[in-house]
Amino acid sequence: MPKSLHRALEPFLIIVGSLSVSMVLFGAFVAAAGANPFEVYQTMYRAAFGTLFSWQNTLIRAAPLMLTALCTALPGYLGLITIGGEGAVVIGGLLAAIAALTMPTAPPMIVLVTMALVGMVAGGIWLTIGGALRHYRAVNETISSLLLNYIAIALLNHLVTGTFRDPESLNHPSTHHIGEANMLGLIPGTDLHWGLVFGVVACILTWFLMHHTVFGFASQIAGGNVRAAQIAGLPVGRLILIVCFVAGAAGGLAGMLEVAAIHGRANDTLNANYGYAGILVAFVARNNPLAIMPVAVLLGGIRASSGLLQRVHELPDATVLVMQGIIFLVILFSETLYGRFSRFQKQGVS
Amino acid sequence: MEVGWWGVAIAVLGGAIRIGTPFLFVSLGECLTEKSGRINLGLEGTLVMGAMTGYAISLHSGSPWLGVLSAGLAGAVLGALHSWLCSHQRVNDIAVGIAMMLFGTGVAFFFGKPYIQPSAPRLPSIDLGGWSAVPQLQAALQINALFLMGIVVAIALRWMLKNTAWGLKVRVVGESADAARALGLPVDRIRILSTAQGGFLAGIGGSYLSLYYPFNWSEGLSSGQGLMAVALVIFARWQPVGCLWVSLLWGGASALGPSLQSVGITYGYYIFNAIPYLMTLAVMIITCSPRRTLVGVPHELTVTR
Repeated sequence: MPKSLHRALEPFLIIVGSLSVSMVLFGAFVAAAGANPFEVYQTMYRAAFGTLFSWQNTLIRAAPLMLTALCTALPGYLGLITIGGEGAVVIGGLLAAIAALTMPTAPPMIVLVTMALVGMVAGGIWLTIGGALRHYRAVNETISSLLLNYIAIALLNHLVTGTFRDPESLNHPSTHHIGEANMLGLIPGTDLHWGLVFGVVACILTWFLMHHTVFGFASQIAGGNVRAAQIAGLPVGRLILIVCFVAGAAGGLAGMLEVAAIHGRANDTLNANYGYAGILVAFVARNNPLAIMPVAVLLGGIRASSGLLQRVHELPDATVLVMQGIIFLVILFSETLYGRFSRFQKQGVS
Repeated sequence: MEVGWWGVAIAVLGGAIRIGTPFLFVSLGECLTEKSGRINLGLEGTLVMGAMTGYAISLHSGSPWLGVLSAGLAGAVLGALHSWLCSHQRVNDIAVGIAMMLFGTGVAFFFGKPYIQPSAPRLPSIDLGGWSAVPQLQAALQINALFLMGIVVAIALRWMLKNTAWGLKVRVVGESADAARALGLPVDRIRILSTAQGGFLAGIGGSYLSLYYPFNWSEGLSSGQGLMAVALVIFARWQPVGCLWVSLLWGGASALGPSLQSVGITYGYYIFNAIPYLMTLAVMIITCSPRRTLVGVPHELTVTR
């Protein structure tokens, strides 16, 4: 067996094993709640991956998860645990919408490019605040990014109920609509908007950046041992700032896509927990951008199946939350199994 | 006008107690957990689980106090599970915390669906404002017994950590797991117990939400109080009595927006919501430094490394 394939076998088997264990646990849970677990799984499969329509439903949900997972995964290379994806999405979407509203006469293409750039810069800066505080003031990045999420949401609520409020949005305060002409269209022949393409491209590009460039190599060294990296003369601070900026830009882009492809305005639907779900995608994918894509699709599928589960089995919509919780707990727990199977170790060394 | 401004001050005081009580319980729980060197980001799930359990048991048994107790027990189970998972090598406690948050809220919403409509018996309140003729002051001093219990727990926790053998063990485990092992202390068991006790307190905090204020059970009940526990404990410098002051400060700051609204100042309502978070961030920026660790921090804690 080639060496690289063999190295990939351990994580692959452990993750497949964890997924099987969590399916058994979740099956027991729904059985205890009075549903037939086999039928539940069948329904979930049908709702998530059974038809072309359900695939589209799944992929629409997977797209923002790919981008928000990058918010946690990329700083993870530097040893940072950032949970600020939610804030990056909110700020990116908000500022992208405001940018579109300031240029009512520009051609749609220009508007969309501007929105994407503004959203990415805004999200990038938002996440970089946490990285900078960590590097220069030793403020824990997990806590600061969490606080920044709430500050971003307060800012969003302040602006959409005040300065930028569309007076017609009565019981759901929103900004004005960016205009139908400026909306991001669908991929021809599908019901999917372009967000999925952005998500896939972002994952592949960042994977290339982190695994096949000097920059990525330096980041991994700094993540492994800061002291060693500093002694080797690596600009650790700059690496942290740039990686956080790129990660936040992905989140900001997710927010911009929510506005430009789905809602047409910025409002509190931006704060739909894509950021928090993205954290889990990143953890399960062990921060690898390539692994993020299938994990995001899996999670998107689980989320897409919520409606049908409710209708067919009369299970509450929180059922999918329980399932996500179980899967993630088991997968995080499986982290302890790495290196315990001598089979992989011996052959890996030789 | 002058009465109006006094009204704001009174409303902030009342809000400090009313909104601050759940913060007090979750932060005390997190404080004890962190003293043992473990961090529990999953208290949000514990809080929601406690709120649901408390409400359901109160409804079925007719006794809100039985609801509070079972909310605590549910929280203890979640805390023990969290700590047991984290006691294995290479299992990241921050990641598990986020997954526990998802799991706890998921389970609570799953079983809580039937309890959204019916109305459970409420926790009684104690009237401390009877001496005053001002109705606003009377309303502000309508205090729930859980708040008073929270004060007692804060003082007792401080005493326990400082003066008892158990408290010393918790602190040793939190300062250095190696030293604790050398002393023959069962590190994992002490951490599991501390986290379970922390979960118990957080569960009680949740039952306060559903059984006293805002007094209902819905899926939007908690607004991140559990997540904030971690920040509050840093703010309080890992001091139980500090948790009391910080929780009151947070409650008061959260009440500022609505209080100002009541005297006609509506501008920036949502910006006022951000004040507690900005405050915490500012305190962290001021007190942290790359050259030294925080005063009072348990050295085993992953967030400070």
